[in-house]
Amino acid sequence: MAIIKGILGWLEDRTGLGAAVKPVLDHKVPYTNWKTGWWYVLGSAVLVAFMIQVISGIALSTSYVSSAGEAYNSLKFITDEMIFGNFLRGMHFWGGSAMVLLVGAHALHVFIVGAFKFPREVNWLSGVVLFFTTLAMGFTGQLLRWDQTAYWSVIVGADQAARTPFIGESLAKFVMAGNTVGGATLSRFFAYHVFFIPGIIFLFIGLHLFLVIRNGISEPPERGEAVDPKTYRQRYHDLLEKTGVPFWPDAVWRDAVAAIIVVLGVVGLSIFVGPPHLEAPPDPTELRVYPRPDWYLLWYFSVLALIPPAAEPYVILGGPGLAIVLMIILPLIANKGERSPLRRPWAMGFVLLLVIMISTLWITGLVSPWSPDLTTKPIDPAVLKLSDAQTQLGAKLFYEKGCQYCHAIDVYGPSDASQPGSPRVVGGARGPDLSTTGSRLTKEQIVVRILNGGNSMPQFGTLLTPPELDAIVAFLQTRKLPTGEHQQGKANEVEVSTNQKK
Amino acid sequence: MKQDYENTNPKPLAPGHHPGPLPTDVREPGVWDDTPEAINRRKFLTQLSIALGGLTGVALVVPVAAFIVAPLFKETPIVWRAVGDLNKFKVGETVQVSFDDSSPVPWAGITAKTAAWLRRTGDSSFICFAVNCSHLGCPVTWLPGARLFMCPCHGGVYYEDGKVAAGPPPHSLFTYDTRVNNGQVEVRATGVPIPT
Repeated sequence: MAIIKGILGWLEDRTGLGAAVKPVLDHKVPYTNWKTGWWYVLGSAVLVAFMIQVISGIALSTSYVSSAGEAYNSLKFITDEMIFGNFLRGMHFWGGSAMVLLVGAHALHVFIVGAFKFPREVNWLSGVVLFFTTLAMGFTGQLLRWDQTAYWSVIVGADQAARTPFIGESLAKFVMAGNTVGGATLSRFFAYHVFFIPGIIFLFIGLHLFLVIRNGISEPPERGEAVDPKTYRQRYHDLLEKTGVPFWPDAVWRDAVAAIIVVLGVVGLSIFVGPPHLEAPPDPTELRVYPRPDWYLLWYFSVLALIPPAAEPYVILGGPGLAIVLMIILPLIANKGERSPLRRPWAMGFVLLLVIMISTLWITGLVSPWSPDLTTKPIDPAVLKLSDAQTQLGAKLFYEKGCQYCHAIDVYGPSDASQPGSPRVVGGARGPDLSTTGSRLTKEQIVVRILNGGNSMPQFGTLLTPPELDAIVAFLQTRKLPTGEHQQGKANEVEVSTNQKK
Repeated sequence: MKQDYENTNPKPLAPGHHPGPLPTDVREPGVWDDTPEAINRRKFLTQLSIALGGLTGVALVVPVAAFIVAPLFKETPIVWRAVGDLNKFKVGETVQVSFDDSSPVPWAGITAKTAAWLRRTGDSSFICFAVNCSHLGCPVTWLPGARLFMCPCHGGVYYEDGKVAAGPPPHSLFTYDTRVNNGQVEVRATGVPIPT
């Protein structure tokens, strides 16, 4: 014991590290109770997730080959052959997911309790940088998986960058590192993901933490206690003198609880769910692909799918641009006044709107009803139980002419309530479900629709011969509700009128 | 003298305990040699240090930045790539072809390839569509039965001449130049089409 004490004493005398850290540990922070205190762990939880990323990332980099020709094989090797390889990939994916989720929650909490106000404006601004660099890590990280989706994601990213006025083409070439996605592309994304962006993150975490200590942790907001830059510092100082508690351990213990929850959560998900499945290799000549961003950008994928095409040039650039500008000007124009969410109805309304918007887009993104189902198979004629040759031909053409990629159909018909082993409904969800179209539309209405198409449907007028058209229409007319439940009437008029508007 | 210097160090950070900004000038009068010569000398050394530091920075950054940025400005020489024998293609049929990029790096592996949809339109005339949807670049698939190109991402559809049939694409499919050379069909490998 005496020896250890001696060594520590010598170290402290020669380095002074303890004396440097002690004021940080001892510094007073506002008292928080069980209701307010737990929200303060979000920031440190992001840091824990980031540490998981650094550690698991360094481990993965020892075996990952950042070459376009070999990256996929090295990942396959890491996943299938290496001890703990699959686990580490899972840890890096779920750690990244936790980081994105927590950085969003942290930013939202800071916004809700108005902690970005004077004197913590630069805390917020450095946080904005960290927020967007975290998303950039998510995007570049998904690309390093270097499978089919990664390959096409680079192209989708480049095509979005290309919408920038004047420098669009150069930006797109910058994203791809050339005029194609190839050898140079992956090497660059590896450098961004492993050196450039983490470098920025380290720098800004340093600044962020320094500012947290310098400006002090914000006190839980009270109604009626508006922030006034003239008096706030003195008031905060007095508050700490009166009711402040030492950072260590009175505040830190909650961070420690949060840290272990994050780590156990990530480890648990890595074991029980594992990393995202490695898709087929990034072969540009393999065109049957269904590129999807990872979950944290899926809501944005929905935005791109659902906005009207005419709005796209503005939304693709203006959307993220507006988000960045709003986040930057927020602490500059709203740095004083009430912090309590109960006194900021507009801000809380905005939060509610944002949460509803993103969750809705997220859920929609999971279903992706706008994507045609190119995997759908021809319907087995035996199942359809069609009696005449024309409707049988129609069912065949329904698949061959591409209808089934966008339109779902109940193969057994709604009148058959039996639950067979094979799926009842086949086809995509891009267009309306046609399972009961024979009850909803007349023959003429079906013909008009097929020939003229719509916003999301090609005009089949030139693509079908008259007998083919007749066969498809005859087949669709067999798709009916059980007799007695006809819906003809009002519904038809609506259908036809939208038809003609388009 | 030394003792005085140490005393002028700013106190360790104590959050919440300094209502004002941190002191910016910790030099107290009488600590330093304040003769005009000494002040001039310090002024010169300050400027010298900043200049040298700047120079060091430039010397490091210029070659590094040039190395990183230069490849992006290099014009890739565009070459014609053979995609198959002329006789292999039937008039009116749309088939997938693939060819090497114009100047792939040696370690590009399979990513050195580009795919395209090629249709023979006459005796020696061809039309070659890029696979990239004009919306966001996802690969379109040719549906021979429907005679349509369809995109798996957001449901963009094109007619067989490449014109937009439905969905979000803003304009027709991009085409690559084609030619017949020594009995071989060749495609001009201009890379991934960038919508502008």
